[in-house]
Amino acid sequence: MASYKLSINGGSYAVEADPKMPLLWVLRDLLNLTGTKYGCGMAQCGACTVHLNGNAIRSCSMPISAVGNQKITTIEGISSDNSHVVQQAWIAEQVPQCGYCQTGQIMSAVALLKRNANPTDRDIDMAMQGNICRCGTYPRIRKAIHKAAAMMKQPPAKSF
Amino acid sequence: MPTANSINRRAFLKLSGFTGAALTIGFYFPALAEEGVAIVTAETADTLGIALNAFISIDKTGKVSILNHRSEMGQGSFQAVPQMIAEELEVSLDQVSISFAPGHQNKYGSQITGGSSTVRGAYKHLLRTGATAREMLVEAAAKKWNVPATECYAKNGEVIHRPSSKKLGYGELVEEASKITPPKNVPLKERKDYTIIGQPLPRQDTPLKVNGKAEFGIDKKLPGLLYAVVERSPHFLGKIKSYDDSAVKAMPGVKYVIKVQMPVFDTTREGIAIIADNTWAAMQARKALKVEWDTSGFEHLDTTGLYNRMKEDLKKPGLSQRTGGNFEAAYGKAAKKLEAVYETPYEAHACMEPLNCTAYVQNDKCEIWGPIQGPDWIQRDLADRLNMPIDNITVHMTFLGGGFGRKAFTDYTAEAALISKEIKAPVQVVWTREDDMTQGPFRPGAVYECKAGLNNGRITAYQTKMAAQNMDHQWPHADKTSFNNSTTEGLAEAFINGIDHYSFCDVPTESPVPVMWWRSVYSSTNGFAYESFMDELAVAAEKDPLDFRRQHLREERYGALIDMLEEKTGWKSRGKSSGWGVAITECFKSVVGEAVKVSRNAAGRLTIDRIVAVMDCGWYVNPDIIKAQVEGSIVMALGAATIHETHFTDGKAVETNFHQYQMPRINDVPEIEVYIMENEEKPGGVGEPGLPPFAPALCNAIFDLTGKRIRKLPFNMNEI
Repeated sequence: MASYKLSINGGSYAVEADPKMPLLWVLRDLLNLTGTKYGCGMAQCGACTVHLNGNAIRSCSMPISAVGNQKITTIEGISSDNSHVVQQAWIAEQVPQCGYCQTGQIMSAVALLKRNANPTDRDIDMAMQGNICRCGTYPRIRKAIHKAAAMMKQPPAKSF
Repeated sequence: MPTANSINRRAFLKLSGFTGAALTIGFYFPALAEEGVAIVTAETADTLGIALNAFISIDKTGKVSILNHRSEMGQGSFQAVPQMIAEELEVSLDQVSISFAPGHQNKYGSQITGGSSTVRGAYKHLLRTGATAREMLVEAAAKKWNVPATECYAKNGEVIHRPSSKKLGYGELVEEASKITPPKNVPLKERKDYTIIGQPLPRQDTPLKVNGKAEFGIDKKLPGLLYAVVERSPHFLGKIKSYDDSAVKAMPGVKYVIKVQMPVFDTTREGIAIIADNTWAAMQARKALKVEWDTSGFEHLDTTGLYNRMKEDLKKPGLSQRTGGNFEAAYGKAAKKLEAVYETPYEAHACMEPLNCTAYVQNDKCEIWGPIQGPDWIQRDLADRLNMPIDNITVHMTFLGGGFGRKAFTDYTAEAALISKEIKAPVQVVWTREDDMTQGPFRPGAVYECKAGLNNGRITAYQTKMAAQNMDHQWPHADKTSFNNSTTEGLAEAFINGIDHYSFCDVPTESPVPVMWWRSVYSSTNGFAYESFMDELAVAAEKDPLDFRRQHLREERYGALIDMLEEKTGWKSRGKSSGWGVAITECFKSVVGEAVKVSRNAAGRLTIDRIVAVMDCGWYVNPDIIKAQVEGSIVMALGAATIHETHFTDGKAVETNFHQYQMPRINDVPEIEVYIMENEEKPGGVGEPGLPPFAPALCNAIFDLTGKRIRKLPFNMNEI
């Protein structure tokens, strides 16, 4: 066991954990951040996707000892009030069915749009291939990412 | 008569966060079937001493709470149930909140979410319950105003007095309304007056599912919760000969190592549970466990042997028959005879949320939380197993990360309860992906032998013989001697009235592989056999595939569906440059036609260019959910047709995780067009019927393009 200080969603968390414990289980079982899901445990399905310094990674295969002081963002850090443009696009396109994989899908989509604000279908296919959806929401995921990209281009609504 | 000792009115109100007076109304299932379904209020329920299921409750602020008696695994019951009630109750959906009903057979009737039955099974009761509450609120307002109820109507959460335009909100009326005896035979709205039913309203669970707040079974947390994984025999039915847990017990976080049993149909599985203070610690410790499995006396079967056995079984007459006319005589006289054999694979359910269950057994009570399709069944099972009164078993519902039939079972919940009972602590048992994928039960593989005779371009004789494991034969004391209708589900349903001489038989193949319902059940493979064969017959008859099918249908309903398919695909102007295939199947009282367009890309690879689906599910609630379900069914069918299969070797499953059991990914799936038929038919299923026609439509399209007939699934698109 070792002590770690983690930067998650802008906050600081201290945990005691086995250095080999994957970030996924630290988040879920030690910190109760259960929006990040267990799907396969071998980086095959993407249900556990989180961001490490803004890049999408599979938290099931990332030992806690390798995280260091890199900034972790989980679905809970995207927004809790669904104000993020990707969440809004996901709602507008009614993407989720069972919803289990969707937090991971959204994390991959947010990372994609951060580095490519105008992705083509092919860009989306390349970036989202690592995320399995057994409910088969893929066509809607594709639409929602295009929609989010379009929403990002609009000037923010004025508030008075 | 059901008893009212588990959830009385006050308890329900508390549960719902209500204070003060409220109108609580629901339906219950009297013990005597002839009494039908009765609608009662909380007061009546108290007097009668019955348990009120409390489907609808309205508090003094006018807030409406609805209990969903079915599981939400993506199929949309969480949206369809309130949409139906809100329509008749005359409230907008934003006035309604919905929560899960716990498992209770006496209160909610059958709660097994399967057979695509939530809407088609309960729509009449749900509409009537909403309408009854509405009429009581109208009557309450009329009493308050001292005017005839006929002068009043309800709209948008208010009762309005037509002559004076006076209004009272539902919240102001609940106290008065709760004293009224629910009227019988309330009028239901006409379909043309619907403003909520039939609308593609956004799902109420979506916001929870895009920010991580939706609670799935695996997300359940309890004070003092321990986490367990179970070392399971890799071979079906293996027993523990010996085990060494000394290294396990020394590992960090490990609390207990115990031997557990899990009932699966008429067999008992054995395993070693490792219980630790977090999931990963339990998973790590499991690796240090040494178990010697006794697999003697059990079959070490493999896939090849299993399919050879099915093919041998096809030589037997088959114990079951569904016949019309005289197949043999008509076949003998046919001008043209066709025969073909089709094979379909065993499949894992592979829900994205692996099986898991949280259980807490205390002295005289047991609580269960989990992704569950059959809460009332689990309640009964655990009452028996733990020897407790049924009302001491509470089955709490969470969202399900996929179900597809696998979570309509009692094995994983029984196992968790037995572990909790032994360690006297709340425990969450998590199946690793490997456990989930290798232990089954699986969709059974099947081999079909199809024969048909043609005269003058028409089918005059048709026979399908199927060899496959029969799911119903796994139960203790199962009747294996007579036909039980399950295996021929969805087999040639659409055309059965259009063929004079037909015969369906099945030969149950015996095997120790546990098998189970898998989205659309036997229809998922039956559809492939008969709709591929139908295409072969159309080719042999030198007919257009749509015209050929049309010619064998005796119901206008199918004709209208084919017309729609023809129109939406642009069938008549489809040209010859690409391949087009169609298939039409019926199951769970819905008919679905699908058409697929394939071509070769510049690299010579076969690609799917278009998928067009037409769903006829009769009366429906939410068209967007229907479209989503058909899209999802098609993607699941694509995987089972072209990508994945569970193989067996040496008595165990070969594919252990997604690296071997590959799934369709976003790049495999083109746009899917879904159209819904508008008609006056009764509601049919939505979650499953879109699956069976896809594989045959795809294979028929490939034949159209390449001349290659695919009779065995799965096949590799890249190898065609």
